Amino acid sequence: MINRKRSNAPIFWGLFGAGGMIAALFGTMLVFITGIAVPMGLLLPANTMSYPKMLAFAQNFIGKGFIFVVIALMLWHAGHRIFHSLHEIGIHPGFFARLICYGGPLVATIISAALLLGLGF
Amino acid sequence: MSEQKIIEIEVLRYLPESDQAPHSEIYKVPFTDDMSVLQGAQYIKDNFDGSLTFRWSCRMAICGSCGMMINGVPKLSCETFIRDYYPNRITIEALANFPIEKDLVVDLSSFIEKLEAIQPYIIPKEPRTVEQGEYIQSPAQFAEYIQYTSCINCTLCYAACPQVGLNQNFLGPAVIALAHRYNMDSRDGGQDQRMELLASMDGVYNCSAVGYCSEVCPKHVDPGNAVNVNKINAAKDYFLRFLSPKGGSK
Repeated sequence: MINRKRSNAPIFWGLFGAGGMIAALFGTMLVFITGIAVPMGLLLPANTMSYPKMLAFAQNFIGKGFIFVVIALMLWHAGHRIFHSLHEIGIHPGFFARLICYGGPLVATIISAALLLGLGF
Repeated sequence: MSEQKIIEIEVLRYLPESDQAPHSEIYKVPFTDDMSVLQGAQYIKDNFDGSLTFRWSCRMAICGSCGMMINGVPKLSCETFIRDYYPNRITIEALANFPIEKDLVVDLSSFIEKLEAIQPYIIPKEPRTVEQGEYIQSPAQFAEYIQYTSCINCTLCYAACPQVGLNQNFLGPAVIALAHRYNMDSRDGGQDQRMELLASMDGVYNCSAVGYCSEVCPKHVDPGNAVNVNKINAAKDYFLRFLSPKGGSK
């Protein structure tokens, strides 16, 4: 029998989709800048990610928003993807899987929002 | 005359009257280059074992009856040629993700139930009398849905879908593609009724975008696209239903 109850999946699927978009647009670029270019001194000045510059970035309204969006949405994306991959390899979604996959990003979202706001403007 | 070529066909047999579980039997089938796997099965039935049971009708990829797992891949056996597998053995089995009724015949009742549930017919926006004449549809409106009308209900996409395997109640690729076909038709007004099912617990969000359904589709319907477009539609309905006086479902 088909279960006709409305699914709440659009909330999580929406966050997953938004995070996927962010990952596709900025993910590779961020890995390159933070993981390769700056540490190896390629293309960018060595002090690009120095503490004062990063602090100024995180205190700017747009920079703050960017950091928040990148952290929170990418984690929601990852959580949802892992949740569905577990299902596919036979670990079926129970309360515990939901708690880890969606609770983790929720906690990380709250913490990153609090830390970013705590840095001031 | 060249020498007669012989191929081994391994068939998954299941006779509900006598068998506890399906088992394999191997037949050595002489073939010519123009023979399909379906013809190979027919040769076995005519020459080795008349009890071998399988569905077929048109022999030209129109009727959608002869789907089976051929070396693990869901295919229409009428358009799959033996020569492409020779000299290796061909394994044929009943379509995956369905209960086996007998040999290569599967029980499609769950599929039929889902198909009926999405109302795969035009639910008119406004009733028209004969005097009002025919519905007018532009080529652009026609192009919106024509691709999805090619479905022949062969259920290869169900055998391909890992999510159908995990949740037997998932509406599945073909049924969602057909719901989309009628939703996209300019003459149809049944979107709200179908949305209840698309947005349900057994609806579009069961799909994890594997895409194998579209790959195996013999008619290039691309059911995977229909499913994923309807994730967006169902999400819009979820968030915007409070703004719309009509709303989708409850």
